[in-house]
Amino acid sequence: MTAISLSDVKKLATLSALDMSDEELARLTPEIERIRRYVEKLSEVNTDGVEPTYQVNHLHTVVREDKIIDYGIDQKALLKNAPDTLESQIKVHRIVE
Amino acid sequence: MKTIPVLLSELEKGETTAVALIEQALGAIEANVDFNAVLNPIKDRALERAKKIDVARKSGEKTGRLAGIPFIVKDNMLAFGAPTTAASKMLQNFDAPFQAEVIERLENEGAICVGKANLDAFAHGGSTENSAFGPTVNPHDKGRVAGGSSGGSAASVALGITPFALGSDTGGSVRQPASFCGVVGYKPTYGAVSRYGVVAMASSTDVVGPLANTVDDARLITEIIGGRDEKDGTTLADYLENEYLPQKKYKLALVKEWNGSTIDPGVREVISTTVERLQSAGHVVDEVSMPTFDYALAVYYVVVPAEIASNLARYDGIRYGLRLEAGSLKELYTSSREAGFVDENKRRIIIGNYVLSSGYYDAYYKKAQQARTLIIKNFSEVFESYDAIIGPVSSTPAFAFGEYIDDPLEMYLTDTMTVTASLAGLPAISVPAGKAGGMPVGLQIIGKAKADQTVFALAQIVERLKAA
Repeated sequence: MTAISLSDVKKLATLSALDMSDEELARLTPEIERIRRYVEKLSEVNTDGVEPTYQVNHLHTVVREDKIIDYGIDQKALLKNAPDTLESQIKVHRIVE
Repeated sequence: MKTIPVLLSELEKGETTAVALIEQALGAIEANVDFNAVLNPIKDRALERAKKIDVARKSGEKTGRLAGIPFIVKDNMLAFGAPTTAASKMLQNFDAPFQAEVIERLENEGAICVGKANLDAFAHGGSTENSAFGPTVNPHDKGRVAGGSSGGSAASVALGITPFALGSDTGGSVRQPASFCGVVGYKPTYGAVSRYGVVAMASSTDVVGPLANTVDDARLITEIIGGRDEKDGTTLADYLENEYLPQKKYKLALVKEWNGSTIDPGVREVISTTVERLQSAGHVVDEVSMPTFDYALAVYYVVVPAEIASNLARYDGIRYGLRLEAGSLKELYTSSREAGFVDENKRRIIIGNYVLSSGYYDAYYKKAQQARTLIIKNFSEVFESYDAIIGPVSSTPAFAFGEYIDDPLEMYLTDTMTVTASLAGLPAISVPAGKAGGMPVGLQIIGKAKADQTVFALAQIVERLKAA
């Protein structure tokens, strides 16, 4: 497998919505590459015909009856952590010019 | 520190009161502030609840199984009375709109939460050095870490601040700090305990578990917090259905891969002494090879970052959490996340998004999940002949501050022995087994899925043999 370069990390940072400085990118890139090289040992494991395990209890999408359950949480309590609100709404930046 | 039954009996006899116990705990938080085990105490709410419990007890009203007992929770669990920070700048001022189900269940039994314990930010780490608010100091040696990520919870119990605390364990985060601080730390079967109201890290392995002074106390707390919760679709109802048999003779597998030259000699000594004690008491202990364990850590550090990258995508500075004002919406996202996360959070997000990206998904993410199946199969094979698997919790006792912090991979390697049970969703405990170089060392016991009572019974046996 190919090594992770500084430009790869820069691209991944953008995709991860992280505003990393050049200094940070230079510092984290070799660390991340070392971790990648370590986990690459998985390529030596023979997994031919082995089913992946994504969920240990073998649960699939859990659905419940479509009825309202009162969790006892009020709207005010939920909104108090929003950085910016207007009446009962969370205020966001304008995205359409 | 007194055990829970002792404290309850003193309360019943009127030798102490809930208010007195809460005042003591709050005093101990202040007296031990140098250890940085607790980020924020919960004072007013705790004292108010204590007063009510004392009145109820005096008037002969029915009180719960833990009425008046103080406890501390890891600060990635939503609680009233103090912010829920996850030891991060991102959630520094987060005021929980509801409480975690585990706290609700403890409060329903009359237990009283007195504080929020330090952790690695978002529970990413094994030393509490990744906390945005400074590391927790080991109660046994001020130059060493308390372990992590539930370092504050383990230190709180070891310091005698409260008789028990809650932690969360994704890859060893309850067991390893328990081993480092010399307390009991229990990771229940995956799905045994509700995660409703717990800050998500890796949803396929996250489990909430207790830290306590004795195995019996840890078992009592697990019974209270465990069981089906409609608010967490992954919870099980039948995890404690196997029998608790602390007098039975067990057949145990000692993991060969965890007994080699990479283990600290002091730790190896503690493990072999414990094995001898078990054998003398009539239990069978065989050394068994578990070859899949060689790549368990690699599986973990693919699967877990992938789930972290997904779970931490929710922190966008819009609905809650840190917001840095910026010109555009995109800049608001990126600058808020950049400022709200510590380096270790970012490393894991980047690795997670890398292993999930289209070109690498099959080679890393899918491959790791296939290898995970082989680890689970390996466990099942051994459980055909053995009741439980034993070994160290960690290859070393608590390490010094700064020993691994500049080398993330070396830090990851300290998780080698705890991640296996997490990947397979199995119950596992760290029970104090001895000391190496003056520092506590825990024995790890791993049981079959849902055989939580077998793990408790064995841990109780180890505890009893050590005390004898």
